Amino acid sequence: MTVTMSGALNAALRDSLEADDDVIVFGEDVGTLGGVFRITDGLAETFGEERCFDTPLAEAGIVGFAIGMCLTGFRPVVEMQFDAFAYPAFEQITSHVAKMRNRTSGRVGLPMVIRVPYAGGIGGVEHHCDSSEGYYAHTAGLKVVTPSDAADAYSLLREAIDDPDPVIFMEPKALYWSKQDVELPSQRPGFGEAVIRRTGSDVTLVTYGPSVPMALQAAEAAASEGWDVEVVDLRTIVPFDDETVVESVRRTGRCVVVSEAQGFAGVAGEVAARVSERCFHSLQAPVLRVSGLETPYPAPMLEKTYLPGVERVLDAIARLQWDDVPDLSHEPAAAVSRG
Amino acid sequence: MQTTANAAQQALLPSPNPVQLLDPTGAEVEQHGTVRDYAMPDAGRLRQIWRQMVIGRRFDIQATALTKQGRLAVYPSSRGQEACQVGATMSIHPTDWMFPTYRESMALVTRGIDPIEVLSLLRGDSHCGYDPIATHTAAQCTPLSTQLVHAAGAAYGEKRRGRDSVALAFIGDGATSEGDFHEALNFAAVFEAPVIFFVQNNKYAISVPLSKQTKAPALAYKGIGYGIRAEQVDGNDPAAVLAVMDVALEHCRSGKGPFLIEAHTYRLDAHTNADDATRYRSADEVTAWLDRDPIARVEAWLKSRGELNDDIVAATHAEAESLASDLRDRMNTDPTVDPMSLFDNVFATPTPQLEQLRGMVQAELSAEAQA
Ligand SMILES: Cc1ncc(C[n+]2csc(CCOP(=O)(O)OP(=O)(O)O)c2C)c(N)n1
Repeated sequence: MTVTMSGALNAALRDSLEADDDVIVFGEDVGTLGGVFRITDGLAETFGEERCFDTPLAEAGIVGFAIGMCLTGFRPVVEMQFDAFAYPAFEQITSHVAKMRNRTSGRVGLPMVIRVPYAGGIGGVEHHCDSSEGYYAHTAGLKVVTPSDAADAYSLLREAIDDPDPVIFMEPKALYWSKQDVELPSQRPGFGEAVIRRTGSDVTLVTYGPSVPMALQAAEAAASEGWDVEVVDLRTIVPFDDETVVESVRRTGRCVVVSEAQGFAGVAGEVAARVSERCFHSLQAPVLRVSGLETPYPAPMLEKTYLPGVERVLDAIARLQWDDVPDLSHEPAAAVSRG
Repeated sequence: MQTTANAAQQALLPSPNPVQLLDPTGAEVEQHGTVRDYAMPDAGRLRQIWRQMVIGRRFDIQATALTKQGRLAVYPSSRGQEACQVGATMSIHPTDWMFPTYRESMALVTRGIDPIEVLSLLRGDSHCGYDPIATHTAAQCTPLSTQLVHAAGAAYGEKRRGRDSVALAFIGDGATSEGDFHEALNFAAVFEAPVIFFVQNNKYAISVPLSKQTKAPALAYKGIGYGIRAEQVDGNDPAAVLAVMDVALEHCRSGKGPFLIEAHTYRLDAHTNADDATRYRSADEVTAWLDRDPIARVEAWLKSRGELNDDIVAATHAEAESLASDLRDRMNTDPTVDPMSLFDNVFATPTPQLEQLRGMVQAELSAEAQA
């Protein structure tokens, strides 16, 4: 059957609520409205207000409240309405959610899921398009997950809810309405397992979440220029699947990391460093990054310019020839000979 | 036990019922049970607020229409909240500060900001189309309540400079649950910052009704715990809004610190054009509020006094219409935004990395232009 990512997420929540009475869903507008993206659509109706309810409008309150409910045995799944509006909860997340197990010598685990619709490409106004995964991935104690299709969305969310540790579940907004032919419940590889979305022998594109469809497009486009490109979808950023990434890059000898978040000090840099450390002898060229610009996320009319797109990925691939002195400044497309 | 705090506590109590000077038919009502006396504004001010509300509403309806034509990405209407937005804004001076949220487009128009600049954020050509310093008007704020702390700081700054400017900060009912609301009230009280926190209680935060937002008997009561004077007002009564603003401004300007106003009003349209309000409220509820229209109310009073006639009404509507059509025309052209402007205001001096990226985008654009 044809399923959208948002439908798959809704089904995962439904099935988890059905499977375990301790699972509860709360947040801003998740009840009657079903969430601004309708991910919790109908849950309050089906399971009642005790299981799915609206809270006062306070992100720190929502996350702090979830911590307390975990202490009494619940498994809260909370929604942050948009990426940049999770920041008021940042203190709770970094100071408490991430550290609670460690602070209590393993006595208190927090089996909660914090769902964050994130990233751009939807023409959202200011503060609605941040790629905030780097903040969470940088905080020890948090698992960070980001699906790129409906089957994974279902499978990863079910696993996140069952997980004994807090999971930051990053939902690429631009993919909510993307469709896939799949039977639910879908069971996909678990946390910490990347998948190869397209096989190839010349270059590995490592990517995740919102950038996966674009990377696949870029791989198609590169094929017509004679490059056989492999695309690895990380699926979970923490834990990180070194094995799949390293195995792929050792085979292809070239690597480009693609992410929508700004490149500096981000997840893409982390991936590049790991690849360099582990694949040094196999690399034919330096690992390159293609990412969002190092500017605040712009107003909608400029997001096309801001977001990494097929052209920028192709330029990076072209720079991987490594037959001369490599040009590591972001050299313009026109100045680079391809082929 | 009698304590010295009693008198102070008493002074902090808001009126038990919202202050109202005109009933929904436009008849003057006796004040009873209010904790202070409120003076009926003179006819001149009521004519002015009426006129500005007519213009504001027409602007608001036009903006909503622009979303349907794809000219605005999204628009949060404030139809029905005219008395609050116009009344509060009209009451302050150009040198006073204003801290608006995404919903205060009508207030910004009243403030005298070019409507097309008011709509930049929602149109998507810039995060803020006007100059906040020149206009003493902060950029419209979308993270809820965060601007309130800025308002407290700005008001305190003005006070330190020895000026008598106040800050008027708008906020919705839902946003009073945010931590920043509480921190802002506390800071403002502690530093005796002349800021008016103007809560437009329009009954919903997107879909969540006030009853699920708070257990307080009224949002105005939230002032007490911080030592802040507060008042509740019928937010659909333009005369009462002006009268309460007068008291609040006098309080702030005479150095007595912040003031909290809860205006009881209603959001007639959905949260934004993208929202489906039928999922959480009934048509009957909306209809009941249509009978409390702030424009009709003051119009009835003005007409009964001979302060307004059909000719003036027609002329004002014509004026509102031409402002709307002017806005429509200007919005019909596709705005041009220079992609290179992306790099302009990240830092005072761009970093080398930014310069590199600027070069990359510049080259992409030249390549495109040649293709
Ligand atoms: C910190 C933060 N959390 C969530 C949101 C998403 N959001 C935008 S408007 C809104 C409802 C606000 O309701 P209220 O304060 O009553 O103001 P109103 O829109 O009714 O004027 C929400 C939840 C946000 N903008 N900022």
